[in-house]
Amino acid sequence: MTLQASDLRHYETPLLKTPFHARTEAACKTWSWGNWGGYATVLTYEDLSMEHSAIRNSATVYDLCPMIKYRIEGPDATAFLDRLTIRNVAKLSVGGVQYTAWANDAGHMLDDGTLFRLGPDRYRLCCQERHLNWLLDSAFGFDVTIHEETEEIAALSLQGPTSGEILRLAGFAIDGLKPFRMAEFPLASGRLMISRTGFTGDLGYELWTTPDQALALWDLLFQAGKLHGIRPIGSEALNMARMEAGLIITGYDFTPADVCVREDRLRSPLEMGLGWMVDWQKGHFTGKAALVAQRDKGMKWSFVGLEIGGNISAEGAILYHAKKHEVGVITGAIWSPVLKKNIALAQVLTKYAGGANLWAEIYALRELHYEKMMMRAQVVERPFFVHDRRRATPPGKY
Amino acid sequence: MTHDALIIGAGHNGLVAACYLARAGLKVLVVEKNDWIGGAAVSRELFPGFTYSNCSYVSSLFRPEIMRDLELPKHGLQILPYEGGAMFTEDGGYLGMFRDHEANRREIARHSRRDAEAYDRYSRDILRNCRLIRPMLMRRPPDLASFAPRDLMELAWLGKQITGQSEAQIYDMLRFWTMSIADFLDEYFESPVVKAYQAVGSIIGTALGPMSPGTAYVLLHHAMGDVDGNVGSWGYSRGGMGGITKALTASLRAAGGEIVTGSGVSRILVQNGRAVGVALENGNEHRAKRVISNMDVRRTFLKHVEEKELPGEFVHRVQRFKTRGSSGKLNIALDGLPKFTALPEGAPNIKGDMHFTDTIEKMELAYDDWKAGHYSRDPFQDMMIPTLIDPTMTPPGKHFMSCFVQYAPPKIEGRDWTDADRDGFRDACLNQIERYAPGFKSLVLHCEVRTPRELEAEVGLTEGNIFQGELTFDQMFFNRPVPGYANYRSPIKDLWLCGSSTHPGGGVMGAPGRNAAAEVLRDMKMPAKDMSDAYAIV
Repeated sequence: MTLQASDLRHYETPLLKTPFHARTEAACKTWSWGNWGGYATVLTYEDLSMEHSAIRNSATVYDLCPMIKYRIEGPDATAFLDRLTIRNVAKLSVGGVQYTAWANDAGHMLDDGTLFRLGPDRYRLCCQERHLNWLLDSAFGFDVTIHEETEEIAALSLQGPTSGEILRLAGFAIDGLKPFRMAEFPLASGRLMISRTGFTGDLGYELWTTPDQALALWDLLFQAGKLHGIRPIGSEALNMARMEAGLIITGYDFTPADVCVREDRLRSPLEMGLGWMVDWQKGHFTGKAALVAQRDKGMKWSFVGLEIGGNISAEGAILYHAKKHEVGVITGAIWSPVLKKNIALAQVLTKYAGGANLWAEIYALRELHYEKMMMRAQVVERPFFVHDRRRATPPGKY
Repeated sequence: MTHDALIIGAGHNGLVAACYLARAGLKVLVVEKNDWIGGAAVSRELFPGFTYSNCSYVSSLFRPEIMRDLELPKHGLQILPYEGGAMFTEDGGYLGMFRDHEANRREIARHSRRDAEAYDRYSRDILRNCRLIRPMLMRRPPDLASFAPRDLMELAWLGKQITGQSEAQIYDMLRFWTMSIADFLDEYFESPVVKAYQAVGSIIGTALGPMSPGTAYVLLHHAMGDVDGNVGSWGYSRGGMGGITKALTASLRAAGGEIVTGSGVSRILVQNGRAVGVALENGNEHRAKRVISNMDVRRTFLKHVEEKELPGEFVHRVQRFKTRGSSGKLNIALDGLPKFTALPEGAPNIKGDMHFTDTIEKMELAYDDWKAGHYSRDPFQDMMIPTLIDPTMTPPGKHFMSCFVQYAPPKIEGRDWTDADRDGFRDACLNQIERYAPGFKSLVLHCEVRTPRELEAEVGLTEGNIFQGELTFDQMFFNRPVPGYANYRSPIKDLWLCGSSTHPGGGVMGAPGRNAAAEVLRDMKMPAKDMSDAYAIV
């Protein structure tokens, strides 16, 4: 990274710059920055609506560097990860990527993330939170090494309908690359790994290289995408797209177990709607006994997607049954520009997760007065928005 | 003239109790042995132009509810939160503390990447325990042997707090309340200096070493406070810790209370089993309907009440109440700012708490000296330079340095401290600082040295114990100061306690004084005016 933490004077710059900072800073017209994992990251570059629109209609570049990355390798790497995570890692072939999650012994969720199988005994785990202690403690008895490589990798997310075409124009032969697969290419004086993954539910790729190649990669993409509407996006636009895709974020949609103070806020992967991932047959994994018990007994909470009446975003709203009893809370909500609908993600008591007679209490602050609304909330399938172009191989020409 | 309430000792708890009682409409008199007000929360000028925080030196525990009730900010109280802090290491390095979460994480990561991440989990667990204990600070502990409805209800409330947690957390809580800080920290951290820094709060004011069971709780006692709502933060009172008692005095006078200084109590007057006033050393007598002692429990009952007035078992218990002194204090007038060679120029760490004991083992060795009846030859110090953010305490360019030092026993190898012992103690401290800040000693203009001998003689703390009794689990909560008397009362009718010997214990917290006033008013069937309950934990 551009600024190393070993410096005694690190406290003078509590927020570090990512390897793309020279470009992101120049592009950020709003001076709107946020702290993501100790890095200064852009919230909105110029115009939130334009940025969201580009995700669905052209192409966008998002600086992924602060994403926490671990390299996990060794003869027992597969067995270790099978023990750590709730999915079946043995089913992940070399060159593949798996969306996954992991929990503690009590079955309480720690994080979700993407697992890249770089080789037979070599993986990369990308996630939102730091887990070095948990990974090292969990590795007891396994022949693996775990190394945090967050600062050694520069990563961008290129998402949107024209992203495939831009990569082709940039000289990368990605036509054969299927969703959740990756391939490696030469880049300037280094290497570039391209995975067909993303957080938008749209056609998109994530690009992984070394920090010394970062600016060259940025420039190459923007040059290639000039006529294809490429623009940088901040975390706010991405957040809208991920909600349309129905995806969760650790710390937003649930509080990770290792830092959660209030015990009644702990949630299991089942309660977060990730039960489909769990491989009950794969043998022992951390949290399995608790999750089996919860599966059999039924879980207290459920995680659902909601469509809500009107066009006022229901962010943070309390959910009621029959307009009367509190039964849940909305963890994220937007008026979706692509669906032209009010959508939301919510934790709701399982008893009411069927969605009958569910209401959201919305307070709209308008010129210093609240308009209070009780709006009907329908439980709907996630993702809210999906398009065939996401999976089309080769990717479409837009 | 007969007062409604007479309070012995103008320390912070005595003044807090006096303020609440005066606001409730009582005629209140506070008597103070020294010529000045403040007890152990005091600022004095012992060297021209320099104000010292002579005893307590930082603020965090003082309950915000009390500040609000007694309008202390309006009466001049300012707490200046400090940033920084450092544990210097023998190899010339240091571990700094930063308010910024990212800076703090990176700083710990310089010593251990694992520990940097473990710090968040550790903070969560400390916070969980704080959330459990904070509501208990401003409640009267139940009497376990009593069947009175109030005791049963209080016990039920307490049970609910405990059982409201998961099974796993109840186990953790019980372990935490009984463990040594060394064992507790081993569950989170690997770096010796990270552990040593975290252990600081667990030994301060306690005649225990970091390897003694029970020290984990002491850490909590130092972590549960806040400055302006920032939990765990510490700050300096502007003008020294006397600023707190100065504001309390102003609040008391505004409510019509009186203070008489300059003569200590010779005895508490007892007639027919009731306290009726005090006789002062200068011969004056003050009559009152009730006497509330801010002195520690041993001083109150073993020095100022005739033993024949007390039940034998009570006296026995009071005699056994542990008030073992463990600490001393150096207050230093400096001709300029010392330069700590390890710190980068301009580092904010110098504005906070600094220490030189970079391993738990060294802290324990310092405690070994105490056990052998000697002050620590390589002492633990909690050192600060408040004038870096409060320049009102010294002339421009000069500084006040406060050094809290452990360990210092109440007696040296069984005999009283001599002046030579005191000088040796002082030199051990000054020489330690000199090693990390060469030239420091030449900056010393004046140095007030307080060993347990001076703390007892001048402040009135038995054996020099800064908490008026150790904060060990056997003398906490319903056992503080003695079982059956955790209700601020005593075997003598109308004689009450309001000092740190009572629940919830020491530190400049004010809660014992507030709780005692609440009990007095309840006893009088009077409404407590301007008295808030503890803020609810959400």
